[in-house]
Amino acid sequence: MTILIHSETKMVVQGLGRDGSFQASKCKSYGTPIVSAVHPGRGGLYFEDSVPIFDSVEESVDTTGANLGLIFVPAPFALDAIIEQVDSGIENIVCITEGIPVQDMTKVMSYIEGKKVRLIGPNCPGFICPKENFKAGIIPSEIVSSGPVGVVSRSGTLTYEAIVQLTNLGIGQSACIGIGGDPIHGTSFVDTLRMFEEDNDTKIIVMIGEIGGLREQHAAEYIKSNVSKPVVACIVGQTAPSGRRMGHAGAIVTGKSALAQEKIKVLKSSGAIIAESPTEIGYVIKEILK
Amino acid sequence: MQIHEFQAKNIFKEYGIPVPEGEIANNPQEAISVMEKLNSKVVVKAQVHSGGRGKVGGVKLAENSDDVFRFSSEMIGRKLVTNQTAGNGLPVNKVLIEKVTEIETELYLAVTMDYESGSPVVIISTEGGMEIETIAEKNPEKILKIFGDPLLELLPYKIRKLFEKLNIEPSLYKQFSSIILKVYKIFVEKDCSLIEINPLVISNEKFIALDAKISIEEDALFRQTKIQDLFDSTQIDPLELEALKYDLSYVKLYDGDVGCMVNGAGLAMATMDITVKAGTKPANFLDVGGSADQNKIKKAFEIITEDSDVKVILVNLFGGILRCDIAAQGIIEALKDKKEYPSIIGVFRGTNSEEAKRILTDSKIKLIFAEDLIDAAKKIKEIE
Repeated sequence: MTILIHSETKMVVQGLGRDGSFQASKCKSYGTPIVSAVHPGRGGLYFEDSVPIFDSVEESVDTTGANLGLIFVPAPFALDAIIEQVDSGIENIVCITEGIPVQDMTKVMSYIEGKKVRLIGPNCPGFICPKENFKAGIIPSEIVSSGPVGVVSRSGTLTYEAIVQLTNLGIGQSACIGIGGDPIHGTSFVDTLRMFEEDNDTKIIVMIGEIGGLREQHAAEYIKSNVSKPVVACIVGQTAPSGRRMGHAGAIVTGKSALAQEKIKVLKSSGAIIAESPTEIGYVIKEILK
Repeated sequence: MQIHEFQAKNIFKEYGIPVPEGEIANNPQEAISVMEKLNSKVVVKAQVHSGGRGKVGGVKLAENSDDVFRFSSEMIGRKLVTNQTAGNGLPVNKVLIEKVTEIETELYLAVTMDYESGSPVVIISTEGGMEIETIAEKNPEKILKIFGDPLLELLPYKIRKLFEKLNIEPSLYKQFSSIILKVYKIFVEKDCSLIEINPLVISNEKFIALDAKISIEEDALFRQTKIQDLFDSTQIDPLELEALKYDLSYVKLYDGDVGCMVNGAGLAMATMDITVKAGTKPANFLDVGGSADQNKIKKAFEIITEDSDVKVILVNLFGGILRCDIAAQGIIEALKDKKEYPSIIGVFRGTNSEEAKRILTDSKIKLIFAEDLIDAAKKIKEIE
C-alpha cells in the first residue's frame, strides 16, 4: 500500500451538491471504497442506489466504519464540516472546498493540534493512488498510471500537468497529492516528503511549489537532512508582481522569502534537482530514471 | 478588499479608538465648511486606496480657508500616483479634513495574520511614521511582536510585557492596552487581513490614531455584508472590476502584451512564466476557475480582448471539471461580432479537447493550435 491508505480504508463523502456528487461518482467508478455519504436532510436515502446517506458524520462512522473523509461542503459551512469529522474520529480528512475564510482555518488548525488526525487541504484536489485505484478528490483518473514517482503540489492543474507529462513518457506514479493553495492548511510539503521517503513504491519525488509563504523553505530544510530519494522541484510565479494575490490565497509576494527565485535558490542548495519550468518536469525525471 | 482611511476611522470610532476630529468633503466648498466647523488648522488628506500619499502631495497642512480650498481643488478629481499604485494612479473623489494633532510620540501599530504560526500577530514599533518595510530593513530590533491565538484571542499579559519594552509613560498603560485590544477585536470581528495605524501618536497624554488602513480578507466578505457596502469601484482597474463581477481571478499587469486565459491558479502562473521565457511579457494573470461555464469563458475572453495592451492571446486550458468544448464555444461567442482581434494561440488538453479543436476549426476564428506550453512559447515568438 502506498501513502495515506491501508487495506481497511473506507471513505465517507460529505456534501453532495453538484460538484460533490459528480466527483464522488468519479471516485467510486475508479474503484475507491466509498461506504457512506453525509448530507443533512438526506439521511436514509442512497447515493447512486448503493451508498447509504446519513444526516451526520457520527452516524456514518458508527454504522459503516468510515475512516477517511472527503469534504465538498461550501466555504461558509466548511469549518463546521471539518470539526464534525474530527469529532467523529475520522483519521484522514481531505477538504476540497475553496475560499474558506482564513480565520476559520486558523481555528481548525488550532483545534486539531495534538489530535490523531490528518487534514489535507483545503482548496486542494486531494490525492490519488494509481496502484490501488484509490482516489479521494478530483484528480482526473484518466491521466494517471502506476509507477515510481510521487507527486506533490500546491496547485491542482499543475499536478495534472506533471502527471500528464509523466504518463505520456511512460512513467507512472506511486501517489499524487495536492496540498492546496491556501496560506493556512493541513498536510505540508514536509509531511508529504516524509511519507514518500518512507514509502517503498516511491523512488523519485516531484514537488511543485509557488510564490508566497515559507512552505518550500521548510521543505528544503527537510530534504537536506531527511530525504535520500531524488527530489525534482519546480516553482511557479517567477513573473508575478509583488503584493497581488495570484488566484490562490497563499500565492502572494509579500517579501523576499516569498519570491520564486528565493525558493529555487534554497531548494537547489538542499540538493533538489530544479526543473526550470513545469514543462520540463517529465524530461528531468526521464533523465534520472535512465 | 481595501477600504478608505475615513471608512476605517469610522470603524475605529465605533469601537472607541480615538481618531482626530474631522469630516469627509466631496468638493472644495464642503472642505471649507468642515474647516470652519472644526475652527482650527486642518490636514487635507486625499482618499485613495494607497499608502505613500504624503510624499506625492496627497496630504497637506492648511493654515486657512484659502489653503483648504486650493489643496482640495488640487486633489479632488485628479489621479494620485504613489510608489504603491500601479498603472497611471488612482482617482481622488473625496478628501478627509481633520483637525491638526500635536505630536509628542509616534508609534507604528499593526495587526495581521502570521501564516507561519496560524495566529494573528500584533506588530508595534517606536519608529512610527516610517514605512514598516524601511524599519524592518534599517532597525529590525525596533519591531516588536506579540501573538494572539485563534481560540484564546489576545491575552492581556502579553500586552503588559510589550508595554514594558516601549519606554512609554506608565500612566498611559490603560489607554494603550485598550487600543491594542480594540484593534485586535476589529481584526477578528471584521475578518481583516491587515489593520495598520501609522502613526499612532501620543498627544497631550492621549493616544490618537492619526492614520488608518484596513484590508478585509476577500474569502470572508460573504459574512461581512456591512463592509461590502464600503467597496469603492473607482479604486480598481476597470478590467479587474469587470472580472470581479463574474468571479474571475484577474490581475492586470502593466508592462506586457500577451493576454493569458488559463484554468487553475498554478497553471496560470506557469503560463505567465513561460511567456517571459519566450522573450515576451504577460499582460495579465487570469484564472477562469475550475468549473467555468460558457458565459464565464466568454466574459474572460472579452476582458482580455478589451485590454488595448494585448497584442497576442494565449489560451491554455486543461479540461477537468471544465469542458474544453464549452470553453471553445465561449471564445466563439466572445468574438462573434468582432472584425479585428489579436492573434490567438490555443492549447487545449483534457476533457473534450478534441471536440474543442473541431468546433474552433469549423468556426471562422483565426486561431493557431499549440500542442503544449513549449510549443505555444515557440509560436508566440514567431508572431511577435
